[in-house]
Parts: sequence; structure tokens; C-alpha cells
Amino acid sequence: MLNEVLKILEEDARRTPDDIAAMTGLKPEEVSSIIKKAEEDRLIVKYKAIVNWSKLQDEHILALIEVKTSPEKETGFDAIAETIARYPQVNTLYLVSGTYDLAVIAVGKTLQEIASFVTQKLAPLEGVQSTATHFLLKKYKEDGVILEGGEENRRQSVVL
Amino acid sequence: MSGDVLGTDISSFVARRVKDLAPSGIRKFFDLVASTQGVISLSIGEPDFTTPWHIRDSAIQSIKKGYTMYTSNAGMPELKEEIARYLKRSYGLEYDPATQILVTVGVSEALDLAARAIIESEDEVIIPEPCYVAYPAVVNLAGGTPVLVPTDSSTFEPVPEIIEENVTSRTKAILIGSPANPTGAVISRRVLEEIADISIAHNLIVLSDEIYARLIYGAEHVPIASLPGMKERTVLLGGFSKAYAMTGWRIGYAAGNRNIISAMTKIHQYTIMCAPTMGQVGAIEALREADGDVSSMVEDYNRRRLFIVNGLREVGLSCPEPRGAFYVFPSIRETGLTSDEFAEKLLTAEKVAVVPGVAFGQSGEGHVRCCYATSLEDIKEALTRIDRFIHQQG
Repeated sequence: MLNEVLKILEEDARRTPDDIAAMTGLKPEEVSSIIKKAEEDRLIVKYKAIVNWSKLQDEHILALIEVKTSPEKETGFDAIAETIARYPQVNTLYLVSGTYDLAVIAVGKTLQEIASFVTQKLAPLEGVQSTATHFLLKKYKEDGVILEGGEENRRQSVVL
Repeated sequence: MSGDVLGTDISSFVARRVKDLAPSGIRKFFDLVASTQGVISLSIGEPDFTTPWHIRDSAIQSIKKGYTMYTSNAGMPELKEEIARYLKRSYGLEYDPATQILVTVGVSEALDLAARAIIESEDEVIIPEPCYVAYPAVVNLAGGTPVLVPTDSSTFEPVPEIIEENVTSRTKAILIGSPANPTGAVISRRVLEEIADISIAHNLIVLSDEIYARLIYGAEHVPIASLPGMKERTVLLGGFSKAYAMTGWRIGYAAGNRNIISAMTKIHQYTIMCAPTMGQVGAIEALREADGDVSSMVEDYNRRRLFIVNGLREVGLSCPEPRGAFYVFPSIRETGLTSDEFAEKLLTAEKVAVVPGVAFGQSGEGHVRCCYATSLEDIKEALTRIDRFIHQQG
């Protein structure tokens, strides 16, 4: 039932324990305690909204930064990754396979802000060999949700 | 517009058996729904999902590659093979794709063909009701007589004793649907075994509509064809509309004895030629690659099913737990209204559309059909409105 509750919340974090109880056949108190435990265990890490910022004027600038590093003997990529993760400009950070090591998604108010983060903070870090910065031009889909031009309900009335 | 031309009443040209066909109770009701603004509809028996993308893509690619011609009358061999494989792996049923499977334009066509293939004038077909609106109609159109018998009033399963009491020398077949529209009932193995015994004892065919077979929640779907001695006398009717959210593609199939399938194919080739090619390509993809999509849709329906059953019970409507399809069939007897009155007043007062149970036969009176293949938000709002409506009635 834990999985079922998590799936429902992952789809819509605003579902109330009462609703989830009705959807699963659990009691509301049971749902609340499953959620509380999941939060304590950091199975549920955070609740957030998917915002389509491009609808507003004060858009955020996002950049995908490829980072090549030289891993350390003892700690591998973890030490450098943990350092990079601390910067507030870093929204998401993954270790990846392929031609570079760390994929950084950085967020800023202006191009300038991201540019100076890369040139002044990220690139000079010990262990960073090189960076390649790709500014995001348009978001089509985020966290499984198609942001625009999704499909509307085209059901027509039919006898059945 | 007048029906009279040169002194002739043109409507007199319409054949008697068509004129006598009752207009679907749902049609009448839908006209009312369509003319009302801002309605939350629990009335349409159709998945609210669009077809999984990879199925759509397979059809698009096939069009690009030039699959635009007729297929064999009985359907694409690859599709018939996939259907045979599916019936084998799911239920252990073995059909020869070349002679025992026919691809049709939805289960609707398969049902019509089956009726026309076996019914002689005035043959009787026993149909437990409440049932899907087309069952009695296809029997009538084939020149037969539907013999409607009530299901169990609490489980909505057919009652074997009542079926047997209604067998006469003219009875040709029993027509069942499981999981059922409009009740969501799943016929248990025990009841199916008794129906099988009756059909063997009286030498009857069973037409088994299994379009909702994959939409099942914590119950077992037993094709009656899988019971001993039943494969040859059962026409299994299946399709893609509900489980794969492919309603608009119009692909169904029939599996059964080669003589009956061949008779059905004869009618099919004269009236339809073949099922749409693009739809068949999509159906192949569905059978090969869409099990994961089906599971996640079923999980989603199940949440809404539990939610709506719980909600209806909370507002005071008794509601047997449906184990299949995407319908609930609560009793509205407590309100003192007929199902027609309930549905119409609920629509006018609260703009919620449900289908009066009587549309599915006299045994459906006292109930309404709610389809939960709609968003949870809509279900929630509909329940709030139904609650308000019921309390205003009291």
C-alpha cells in the first residue's frame, strides 16, 4: 500500500489523506501515518508545483551544463559533486555516463547570472576540467507533463 | 419537413423490424445532456485515456509505409496470430488463427455477425439483464426473439435456474457479458459452470461478450469457452476499445468453432469487406507491446472505482462493489424516484449526467449507471452534487 500511496502523491501531491483513503480502501489515519513515515524516511523528499514560467514575463533562465571532472582517488566523483550541489544556482545535478561526467541544471534570473556562475564559480573549481553550457530555449515536457498543446478530451456522445 | 411526398407516407417504407426497434434509452438521455451547459458526465462508457502513443505511432508509420489497402476479409494474418497467442497465454485457449478467428469492426460487429450467423426466424436467445443496450436489438434485427431474464438483484450475476426455466424448444443461444455493462459485475466461475451445464444439456450456443475482460479488479476473468466442453459451442467476442483505450479504431474479433466463424466471415465479407487496415495495425502493436499501458490504466481505474463506490455509499446509495469494467450501478430506490426521474432531475438540478438503469432493461429499474472513466476531480464534484440532490429530495 505504501507504493500505491506514493504513486498517487507523485501524480498529484495535493491529494488529501481522505481522498487517498477513498482511492485505496485504507483508513484516512492509515494514509496519514504512511505519508508521515515516508516523509521521515525521506522517501517523499519534497512537495512542489510544476510551474510553466514561460507564461509569465519574468521568466527564469535555465542552462544544462556538461561538466568534465577529474575524480579523486578516495571519493570518486562524490566530493566534487557535493561541492557543486551546494551552489544555489544549481537546481539539479546528476552523475552521467558518456562523454562528460556531471550534468548540472542551473537556474538564474538572467543569462549574465548563469554566465558568471559558470565562469567564476564552477569552471575554476579544483577538479573541474572543462564545462559546456547549453541554455534552454523552450520547455516542452517536464516531469511527465506536456506543458503546452496537450490533448483535450474529444469524446462525443455515443450510444453504448 | 414533412414525411409525405406525393401522398405517400415515406416512413411506411421503413421495415417493420426496424420500426419496432426501441430507440436506445441512452440516446434519448444524451440528447438532453447535450443541450445542457456545464454538465459533469458520468454517462459515457468510454475510456478517458487517449490511445497509448506507441500504438498511435505504429498506425501512423503504417500509413507512411503505404498500408492503405484492404486486408484479407477475415483480418490481417499477423493480427489473427497475435489474438490467438493472446488467448493462449491469458486463458490457455487454443484457436487456429486461419479458421477460428475473425477480425471485426469492434465487438459490436462481431456480436451482430454472430447473431445473424446462428439465428433462424423466431429462434430465442436468452439474455440476462440489465445488459448492454445492443444485445436485444441485434437479436431482433437477426429475426430472433430476445428472452430477457433478470440477474441476481444483489450481485447482478445471471441466475442459472432462471435461465434454465426459460429454455424452450426454440432457444438457440444464451448471450452473456462479463465483466458487464452496465453493472460492472463479473460472472463467477461457479455461475459460468452452471450456465455451461445448461447450454450442454439443452444443446445451446453461448455468445460471450468479453470486451471488458482486461478491466478487472481483484477478481478472475473466466472465459466460458475455457470450461470443459464449451470451446466449440461458445463464440468468444473480444476487442481493443476498452482495455487499450482504442474506441475510435473500431477493432474487435470473434473466436469459435470454424463453422460458425466461417458463416460469420461470409456475412462480414459481403457487408463490411474487412476491418480498417490502420486499426488492425494498431491492434497488433497493442497485443505485442501494450501490457504495461493496460496495467497502469487498470491501476488508475481501480483508484477511481474505490473512490466512487466509497463516495456513493457515503451519500447513502447502496452500491454493490463492481469487480470489472468501469461502471458502478448504485440503487436509487431510497429516493422514491424511478431511474428516469432520478437521472432527469439530477441533470436539471445539479447538472450531473448518469444513465437511468431502465435503459438497460426492466431489471435495471431502481438503479443508475455511473461511469468512472473520468477525472477524479469530476467524480468528486459529481458526488458532492449527488449528495446535495439526494438531501433535497428527502
